[in-house]
Amino acid sequence: MSTDDNNAYGDLDKSKGVVMKELMLGNKAVARGLYEAGVCFVSSYPGTPSTEITEEAVRYDDIYCEWAPNEKVAMESAFGASLAGKRAFCAQKHVGLNVAADPLFTMSYTGVNAGFVVVVADDAGCHSSQNEQDSRHYAIAAKVPMLEPSDSAEALAFTKLAYELSEKYDTPVLLKMCTRVAHSQSIVEPGEREEHTKPYEKNIAKYVMMPGNAKKRHPIVEERTRALTEYAETGPLNRIEKGTGDVGIITCSTSYQYVKEVFGDEAHILKLGMTNPLPVELIRNFAAQVKELYVVEELDSIIEDHVKSLGIQVSGSNLLPRIDEFSQNLIAKAFGRETTSGTALEDAIPPRPPVMCAGCPHRGMFYSLKKRNCTVLGDIGCYTLGAVAPLNTIELTLCMGASIGAAHGFNKMLGKASEGKTVAVIGDSTFMHSGMTGLANVAYNQSNSTIVILDNSITGMTGHQQNPTTGLNIKGEPAGKIDLEALCRAMGFRRIRVVDPYQLAECDTAIKEELAAEEPSIIISRRPCALLKHVKHKPPLAVDPEKCIGCKSCMRIGCPAISMKNGKAVVDATQCVGCNVCSQLCPKQAFSSTAN
Amino acid sequence: METKNIIIVGVGGQGSLLASKLLGYLLLKQGYDVKVSEVHGMSQRGGSVVTYVRFGDRVFSPVVDKGEADFIVSFEILETARWLSYLKPGGQIVTNTQQIDPMPVITGAAEYPAELVEKIKRKGLKIDAMDCLSLAREAGSPKAVNIVLLGRLSHYFDIEDAAWQEALSANVPPKFLELNKKAFALGKSLTQ
Repeated sequence: MSTDDNNAYGDLDKSKGVVMKELMLGNKAVARGLYEAGVCFVSSYPGTPSTEITEEAVRYDDIYCEWAPNEKVAMESAFGASLAGKRAFCAQKHVGLNVAADPLFTMSYTGVNAGFVVVVADDAGCHSSQNEQDSRHYAIAAKVPMLEPSDSAEALAFTKLAYELSEKYDTPVLLKMCTRVAHSQSIVEPGEREEHTKPYEKNIAKYVMMPGNAKKRHPIVEERTRALTEYAETGPLNRIEKGTGDVGIITCSTSYQYVKEVFGDEAHILKLGMTNPLPVELIRNFAAQVKELYVVEELDSIIEDHVKSLGIQVSGSNLLPRIDEFSQNLIAKAFGRETTSGTALEDAIPPRPPVMCAGCPHRGMFYSLKKRNCTVLGDIGCYTLGAVAPLNTIELTLCMGASIGAAHGFNKMLGKASEGKTVAVIGDSTFMHSGMTGLANVAYNQSNSTIVILDNSITGMTGHQQNPTTGLNIKGEPAGKIDLEALCRAMGFRRIRVVDPYQLAECDTAIKEELAAEEPSIIISRRPCALLKHVKHKPPLAVDPEKCIGCKSCMRIGCPAISMKNGKAVVDATQCVGCNVCSQLCPKQAFSSTAN
Repeated sequence: METKNIIIVGVGGQGSLLASKLLGYLLLKQGYDVKVSEVHGMSQRGGSVVTYVRFGDRVFSPVVDKGEADFIVSFEILETARWLSYLKPGGQIVTNTQQIDPMPVITGAAEYPAELVEKIKRKGLKIDAMDCLSLAREAGSPKAVNIVLLGRLSHYFDIEDAAWQEALSANVPPKFLELNKKAFALGKSLTQ
């Protein structure tokens, strides 16, 4: 067999046993690492920028993968798999780890059976998140090791190494990704899978964390941190790259790449692949070799504070921002180096914020809520876009599931003044994630609240993942299906109604009647996401310019397929899916289907 | 070789991920170190999106900064204008002339600037502008705008056609291959 240049990269050239290089997304490289490390179980809840790890892992037949209802359940399920003796994994975004923090902190005490690795993906720059929290604090607080890859090759290698460390030191290991590592492609060399399984053995003192046992596990955790610190001093994850000149820079993750881009070999670099626990002697020795010492790290000054705590003089926070992500120009500027710049036009360039898609089923419901001047307490999902112009309807977005709890507290305090006009809106996936417990509170403590479940039959924002209400599993195969109406009835709600958000009159009546009711109520606004492949679209609409009077009534729904040209409404046929919501607003019946 | 930078800009949902995937594949096959940085998640919902492609002997940063881009490949002319300051002095713009109104223009809160291609030319910048949407339709689908643009971009690269064709075959689903090869050829055959 000869090497065939037409082979896709990543294919094995079996005649030589050589693995070809492949350009791979950071998240896909983690999934490849899971495969090679012999991982058998993956359970996650989607969240940008972590989602693709689980979506890529499911392509390997040797790995069982699932979407769990939320991150806490995912982590507990993965822990169960580790306990059973199979290498296990879960992934989440930074805020997902807030949800899963409870099991993490005590898993630190129990340790693991088979290796257990958890990805947490930070989002410096808030590309797709509600905050910019730095997950390294969790590693410190939970006393578990954290590894931070800086590109795809490291993502693969660190994932495999994380499993070795997990089993050697009997600990869950956090693998911290960030948007620029998770969503960048760089070159990797895939390897082979190795199986690793262990028997399950009953061990009450290790796994039953009641006070007497937990107290005995805590010293083991402290000793483990001491041993891991020793590993950090000499292990392969932290390395010094000798440079020229007097400047020394301690850095990690994607910041390392920006530092290399700016300084090349002109600075000495201590590249930390393990950011908890941090080494002591390695840093002292490095600091002693350079005249000026800097730390370059995104978000909080965790490494810098550690260096300072060793009594070493260091700069970083005084030069670099603690907000947003870095780039090569940002670092060059901070160090007084030459930066590049380009030309701009004098024109004001209008912003292009994300919008609800043409045919989005959320639009009709938000228009109806706006029309009734409702106070809308929102949640996390595509429908958060109900807060932007021209709908401007959502008045609160906090975290997964918060809409229902917030509406409950709001109505309890304002009573009649708010009950008749306040609603919580929450998507089907977010409701399964953590809306159910909020709803239990409404049912139990009886606030007169109206909850709108925006059921688009998918987890939309993260790119169409199945959830417990869709009846399909991560592979699109038939699975259990939770009946939302039956669930709400079981909690004791009597007023539950289902509406089609493409029918504005139906939405309006439901909102009016449920807000007027003297008891808690649920409106399920049900229609699948217009982007789903199985959703059949109607032919696009067109505007009859003779009938259009240019009143802009149709513009009030903020559909990206409608614009005004020469005083008349025009429909972009490439975007329009024929949902007909605009047509219900037209006083002159100017819209008609192009099918006729 | 000094690292070369390409930024691919457009409106979320226009197909920039396929364009960057294909370019990354092609450049890797040419023996370069390559990094590609993408945007997923919320900004894909009709927002302004950018993808960075960098290649050379050794690439560190996955992102391209202002004044660094050797090429701006743009799916929409307002986005070309928005990302203009990323162009390196002497860099080349390859752009679709299609206009897609952003929401502030749709709601009347802002105006779509007029004559953007002319204004960019008057700045002395190298811009290769064409109606990719019509060409994509001619090839068989308005979704092939991305491949029309790549066809045009291929003019500026010293990479033989066979390599581009192979990159197309390896990255496009077989049932759309003919359509995309036609789109590539239509983009490529354009003369300024």
